[in-house]
Amino acid sequence: MVEFWDSYALPTIIIVAKILAIVLPLLVLMAYLTLYERKVMAAMQLRKGPNVVGFYGLLQPFADGAKLFFKETVIPSGANKILFLVAPMITFLLSLIAWAVIPFDEGMVLSDINVGVLYLFAISSLGVYGIIVAGWASNSRYPFLGALRSAAQMVSYEVSIGFVIISVLLCVGSLNLSDVVMAQKSDLGMFSWYFVPLFPMFIIFFISILAETNRHPFDLPEAEAELVAGYQTEYSAMAFALFFLGEYVNMILMSAICVILFLGGWLPPADIAPFNWIPGIIWFGIKIAILLFVFIWVRATLPRYRYDQLMRLGWKVFLPLSLFWVVATAGFLVAFDMVPA
Amino acid sequence: MGFIDKQARSLLLGEIVIGMAKTFGYMFKTKATINYPYEKGPLSPRFRGEHVLRRYSNGEERCIACKLCEAACPALAITIDAEPRADGSRRTTRYDIDMTKCIYCGFCQEACPVDAIVEGPNFEFATESREELFYDKEKLLANGDRWEQEIAQNLNADAPYR
Amino acid sequence: MIIATLAFYLFAALTVASAFMVIASKNPVHSVLFLILAFFNSSALFVLLGAEFIAMILIVVYVGAVAVLFLFVVMMLDINFAELRQGFLQYLPIGALIGIILMIELILVVGGWHLSPDALKVIAAPVSEAAHLTNTEQLGGLLYTKYVYLFQIAGMILLVAMIGAIVLTHRQRPGVKKQVIADQVYRRPEDSMVVRKVEPGQGV
Repeated sequence: MVEFWDSYALPTIIIVAKILAIVLPLLVLMAYLTLYERKVMAAMQLRKGPNVVGFYGLLQPFADGAKLFFKETVIPSGANKILFLVAPMITFLLSLIAWAVIPFDEGMVLSDINVGVLYLFAISSLGVYGIIVAGWASNSRYPFLGALRSAAQMVSYEVSIGFVIISVLLCVGSLNLSDVVMAQKSDLGMFSWYFVPLFPMFIIFFISILAETNRHPFDLPEAEAELVAGYQTEYSAMAFALFFLGEYVNMILMSAICVILFLGGWLPPADIAPFNWIPGIIWFGIKIAILLFVFIWVRATLPRYRYDQLMRLGWKVFLPLSLFWVVATAGFLVAFDMVPA
Repeated sequence: MGFIDKQARSLLLGEIVIGMAKTFGYMFKTKATINYPYEKGPLSPRFRGEHVLRRYSNGEERCIACKLCEAACPALAITIDAEPRADGSRRTTRYDIDMTKCIYCGFCQEACPVDAIVEGPNFEFATESREELFYDKEKLLANGDRWEQEIAQNLNADAPYR
Repeated sequence: MIIATLAFYLFAALTVASAFMVIASKNPVHSVLFLILAFFNSSALFVLLGAEFIAMILIVVYVGAVAVLFLFVVMMLDINFAELRQGFLQYLPIGALIGIILMIELILVVGGWHLSPDALKVIAAPVSEAAHLTNTEQLGGLLYTKYVYLFQIAGMILLVAMIGAIVLTHRQRPGVKKQVIADQVYRRPEDSMVVRKVEPGQGV
């Protein structure tokens, strides 16, 4: 009995506690991301944004959540019931399980696996299934069109994301995310983070994750002017809420990946007195918040792309550019004998 | 334009950066909106809102049942029945306005020879049922008592231009 | 240890079951989804073997890209099930024949397969000096040294296949107007716009 407790029950409890310690704050953060988005968008459009529920509108996300929770889930009669309900769960789960390998601080990671980058890439490439299954299971035209667009879009931009990740990995020499962050540490502080030497890749990566998360200006799958709400058209109540949660958690996740790959993860901008007093996890959070601000900023600024322009940008601009940069990075590293061991 | 200039323009995303700078600047400008239920924007004295039936200062109702407003109403929202009162004066027995039909054109107040029917400054009269929007004479007179001060001021302010 | 064994049997059973459902389910979309489930479980088996790189690549390549295209095609096909079943009996003999031949071949191959005595030694031997390297590094080392020509040839074959597909499907239609985005980007207000002071009563 003691052996059972020591070798099975206790580790299970610890892991579950760790998972909850990641997931619960994440969901609260996601709720506040919606408020953040509404407030920033409002400010850029000279509006005030939500300010009635709670002080400064701080309880608005919970009011929205409660509303969605108490609504009735409508399943269309022609829909494939099981897949219709499974699709939002897939989206939501995939956005959460990726956090297992994200290092929040030095050693502060649920599972420090050696193929962390590949794991994240694999999970993000699965995100398309929730959407495509939702579109098909709804048995309706608009969701189906939205799902097809979204699938094509996500598959296209994944290619350039892959090349960008490769060019970062060439500089790091490891697929472990903690190693990726530690490789960016040097006396130069923030100037040795990879967004400086790989600046074009940073921009391409950022634009690609906008497309990958179906955010503006690449939100064609839910282009309301043409497709009602795309793949979410038939969804209501909790099923819709799961899609919504999934989309926003994915935004945070993608920003976190971007921070790890290019903005030095939990590292402070300079390793001197006032900066290194602040714990790494706070720096990590600040950097994510800045990237999320850019997400929203872009949404408030740019109009939506047309579909052929989107495909052109992905295949004819980003793919050659990132491919070229991979070769250039590799060539540079070999030529100056800087290949990591 | 030189080749390098062209390439730099498309690669450096100049236009996007300019646009983003613009929206960022707008973040710190004064808000164009107001905190509505607590703050309200200014209304013109000619604002045409909810209808009222006014009274003279001695409490006598102004309306003389001439039915000009009923005739003028393009939406046929006004219905009037009239009979001589006990003191011999001509008064309405029924004065209904269907607010769901009304288009707030203001013809009724233009037509009125005694400034009895006036569109007041009140625009917050939403109801929970359709029936509540079928206004009768009591409702209109009650509105008149409630908004008399504001309406009198508005009419006064607008009088020089009539 | 027991957990790993249990996990192995779970994933193995699920792989076989979902592989069976791929051919057994009536709806082709369900088939593809079961195929994806099978891919998942086999990648979990790879993880149990300690081959995490292959497990992740399996998911990225097969589930993330290939199966999406399958799903795409299958979803857009308008499949008539009645028609599909009509020819079933007609083609049964040929199908059965092919199936039997395949089965005989498999039996011959598996029956004639025996472990070389060295293999057992390799398994029992203490981990070699390469053990401190990660999976990824070992695979990379092999692919880019010992098997570099084969690797390059595989890449060339894929490139040829890709170019071939593009050449076969590419068509050029005359007289089609296309948006030239570069021209639009290079356009300046100064190039196309003149601001003039217009005197009253004179016109432009």
